[in-house]
Amino acid sequence: WRARCREYDAIWDAATLKESKRAVNSIRSLVEEEDEEDDVEKVSWSGEPVGSISWSVKETASSIRSTGEVRDQSFPKINTAPSLPKNSSGYSLSSLFKAFGETSIRNYAPELRKPKSEYKVRYVYSLEKFRSLQDKLLLLDEAVNAHDGNVITAVLIYLKKSLSKENLFRELITREIALRHYIHFLKEIEEQKLLVELFKSLDRTEDMALMQYRDHLNIRDENKRRDFLKSCLSLPFSPDDATHVQDHYTLLERQIIIESSGQADIFKKYPRKASILNMPIITTLYYSCFYHYGESDGTYSSPANIRKTFRISDKQFLLTCLGARAKLKAWFDVDALFTTKNWLGYTKKRSPIGFHRIVDILQKNNAPVQVLQEYVNLVEDAEQKISLAQKYKCHDVIINTYRDLKDRQQLIVYRGKVERGSSEYRKIEEILSNSVR
Amino acid sequence: MSAHLSYGRVNLNILREAARKELREFLDKCGGSKAIVWDEYLTGPFGLIAQYSLLKEHEVEKMFTLKGGRLPAADVKNIIFFVRPRLELMDIIAENVISEDKMHSPRDFHMLFVPRRSMLCEQRLKEQGVLGSFINIDEYILDLIPYDGDLLSMESEGAFRECYLESDQTSLYHTAKGLMTLQALYGTIPQIFGKGECARHVANMMLRMKREFAGSQTQILPVFDSLLLLDRNVDLLTPLATQLTYEGLIDEVYGITNGYVKLPPEKFSAQKKQGEAGKDLPTEPKKMQLNSAEELYAEIRDKNFNGVGAALSKKAKIISAAFEERHSAKTVGEIKQFVSQLPHMQAARSSLANHTSIAELIKDITIRRLLILCNRGKWIFSLSLSLSLSDTASEAFFDNLTVEQEFMTGVDTDKVNTYIEDCIAQKDPLIKILRLVCMQSVCNNGLKQKLLDYYKREILQTYGYEHMLTLNNLEKTGLLKPQTSTRNNYPTIRKTLKLWMEDANEQNPNDISYVYSGYAPLSIRLTQVLARPGWRSIEEVLKMLPGPHFEERQQLPAGLHKKRQQGENRTTLVFFLGGVTYAEIAALRFLSQMEDGGTEYIIATTKLINGTSWIKSLMDRPEAQAS
Repeated sequence: WRARCREYDAIWDAATLKESKRAVNSIRSLVEEEDEEDDVEKVSWSGEPVGSISWSVKETASSIRSTGEVRDQSFPKINTAPSLPKNSSGYSLSSLFKAFGETSIRNYAPELRKPKSEYKVRYVYSLEKFRSLQDKLLLLDEAVNAHDGNVITAVLIYLKKSLSKENLFRELITREIALRHYIHFLKEIEEQKLLVELFKSLDRTEDMALMQYRDHLNIRDENKRRDFLKSCLSLPFSPDDATHVQDHYTLLERQIIIESSGQADIFKKYPRKASILNMPIITTLYYSCFYHYGESDGTYSSPANIRKTFRISDKQFLLTCLGARAKLKAWFDVDALFTTKNWLGYTKKRSPIGFHRIVDILQKNNAPVQVLQEYVNLVEDAEQKISLAQKYKCHDVIINTYRDLKDRQQLIVYRGKVERGSSEYRKIEEILSNSVR
Repeated sequence: MSAHLSYGRVNLNILREAARKELREFLDKCGGSKAIVWDEYLTGPFGLIAQYSLLKEHEVEKMFTLKGGRLPAADVKNIIFFVRPRLELMDIIAENVISEDKMHSPRDFHMLFVPRRSMLCEQRLKEQGVLGSFINIDEYILDLIPYDGDLLSMESEGAFRECYLESDQTSLYHTAKGLMTLQALYGTIPQIFGKGECARHVANMMLRMKREFAGSQTQILPVFDSLLLLDRNVDLLTPLATQLTYEGLIDEVYGITNGYVKLPPEKFSAQKKQGEAGKDLPTEPKKMQLNSAEELYAEIRDKNFNGVGAALSKKAKIISAAFEERHSAKTVGEIKQFVSQLPHMQAARSSLANHTSIAELIKDITIRRLLILCNRGKWIFSLSLSLSLSDTASEAFFDNLTVEQEFMTGVDTDKVNTYIEDCIAQKDPLIKILRLVCMQSVCNNGLKQKLLDYYKREILQTYGYEHMLTLNNLEKTGLLKPQTSTRNNYPTIRKTLKLWMEDANEQNPNDISYVYSGYAPLSIRLTQVLARPGWRSIEEVLKMLPGPHFEERQQLPAGLHKKRQQGENRTTLVFFLGGVTYAEIAALRFLSQMEDGGTEYIIATTKLINGTSWIKSLMDRPEAQAS
């Protein structure tokens, strides 16, 4: 794979694009010169073809322009244009009745023998000829066999009107396809209550729970939303989802509290860009690390409390906390995040994430070289350490590493890269003159 | 505008002409001047059928976008609504109709549902008390829209979701209807093959519809020899992978809708004359049409992106040489000849300029990453100084690709992937995360419960608990699932179907795996094996993939049996139920062009998709996402 990457580079760096670009440019100048000489009609290359529909909608919608301005584009006229099969459009319901045989059409739906245009608008009423439960179910089964969702829905609308829901539910249980369409139909017309009852009678309680939970998205007011989520807690979710919903509720409850708390001065210094309500938990933690750092574990808004309540992993916690504190340039806090003391009182820096990642994050937050340097030094892999140090210009780290490696040659090379007379330069000089060959 | 549709093996312009004729007939039904109110979504697909000029010829004087409130003033006799059958649109229309000032402008209302009338919608109009206001309610059956010389799409966005999540088979019904229309125009297709539940359904419906219309047999010599119906859920892996063909990458990076792409304008502004540049940089995205009507695009669209640079520079040389010919043109006749070719050459030149710019845009995103990748290896000292910090976009691209390829080759698919972990920590777009996690799950035949729970928790904590709805949807469609058995079928499938080719040749491909730089799309392998040596050779693998596989024959009327010439290719229509990617299309075109292939393919689908648009269609309220 890597080899292929190198190849990839080579292919593109063969200056192919540059070449074709150059060619284009040279041709362009050539053509323009030709233009003047010969006054050749220009072939326009506008992306949006003049006269396309979306273009025209824009055009006529701005009513000032008259449509006459729209440039016409001729299209090929084919006099003997083929036709689509005509029977297709009237297929749906009429063929459904065909399935009942001629007699039943006469019996049940005399309207169908009228000209097409007449029954088309009224065909829903023709279903009312099906009175007995048996006929209705036969009708439903035929509709399902036709696979046309529109027809199935039409029949279901009729059955919903004319059957008790107990009867309808009972029959639907054995008719999987009709059932799915019915569920879809109820969702479309937003008959939540009936849908809940249906799911209950089907014993599809998890679906029911999820569907009800979904409704919280429609509630704008945060207090109402929180109360709604609370009411969801008792729904029969799968164990996993139950935990998530519980967390969701707890989170919003917390956010409402946090939203209206905090020290005024930090908000004045760093005004909030948005409200914390309805933000994900990691964002909330970031907010807490930004505005509520150092609060005691007991307060709802403190990072430690949030970490514990929402079982946030060490990695996530560290990354979020680091991001927030680095943003505030609170380098002491950053330092403290990694410092651990052993039983003898010695301190050591540890991290659940590689220090190279820490360096990247700090760098993105414009950490000063002194701070970066410290963490670059903690990177274990020597090659990676040097690479990072070079990337972020941590001269000391580079110089020290080469010194420790006793790599005189690299030091000399590096001396050429730093400013003559600078402190780095002098440091290299010193090492070079002190070291014994 | 449509000539490219008739270049292919099958003249798809016939279908387009039929659709245009239908449209004209409908417009003529509403006599007098008219204004069309458009469901905005439809303008794209309609643009592939007709230009404004056609509508104008039939007295369409104004066009508006569907919006709430009062309709704009327009002195016309008829107002026609062109809409999809959607309830929320009905409410808007009702509002329009109710607020219409009857006294001042007595205008007639018409409704054209595309592609089908809907009971539910008419019911809604009735509830709103406006159904009676419509003089005419009709449907415009636009099932299969010709996209290109070898490509048809239904542009039905929700098809995958409806079929595999909501189990609503309406779109399958439309598919069957579309195939019936196609057979009416191009003759009965004698052989039908299929794999998957939905494929089985569609085939059943087709056979039944054929029985019902037995009287109206078409007397057309069959153009297609066979039809292959493929369920998208037979191959869930392919759309998740990043497409690496030129067209596929344009789609991945910028998104192609209805044959158009919108590009950042910066690179294109330089094409203006030097004097203009810099003065007013265009802020509107550059919109370009992409289809095989453009010679150069037809040539490079299906190439692996690594082969595009060479093709462009070759083209540049040819054009340069052509322009140089003016110096050798001596006689009046020769000069005339040269001048007559100029417009064509200029078009070629600007086409070259455009694609060079696009290739550059894409290269910027993809290539810089290379340096960093090398950095992790042995080349630190030599390369590290050439790094700049603006590499993040391309960095992400290559990391992403590396992980995808690891998954597809079966490396560490049962462990927490640190790249995914990092992406979540950096809060990369959720869809990107979902694409990768789903891919890991598919390549591992499900994830161990503990691993699945871990990913789910990380996602919900970082992106919000409401996404448990989306995660549930992904589980229902099988894209994300807990491992139920210890046996992972994927390696067997990969080996049997040769889904991974170690030395894919991107420049001069000899196998379809070039479209994903190593990965041969499963769906296309199935198609390839079907043509030769036949599915019987892979029975075992077919059983591992979901849904039944089958073969049906349709009787042809006597005298319509095709007598194949020696060496004549077969024509197969491959229908992807639930969507197809540009890279898969490229792979099929590659098979069509193989010298000893023996089969040419026409492609049809419910929707052109890529991993992002596909996952998005399965999300619950993607727009309600917290920032």
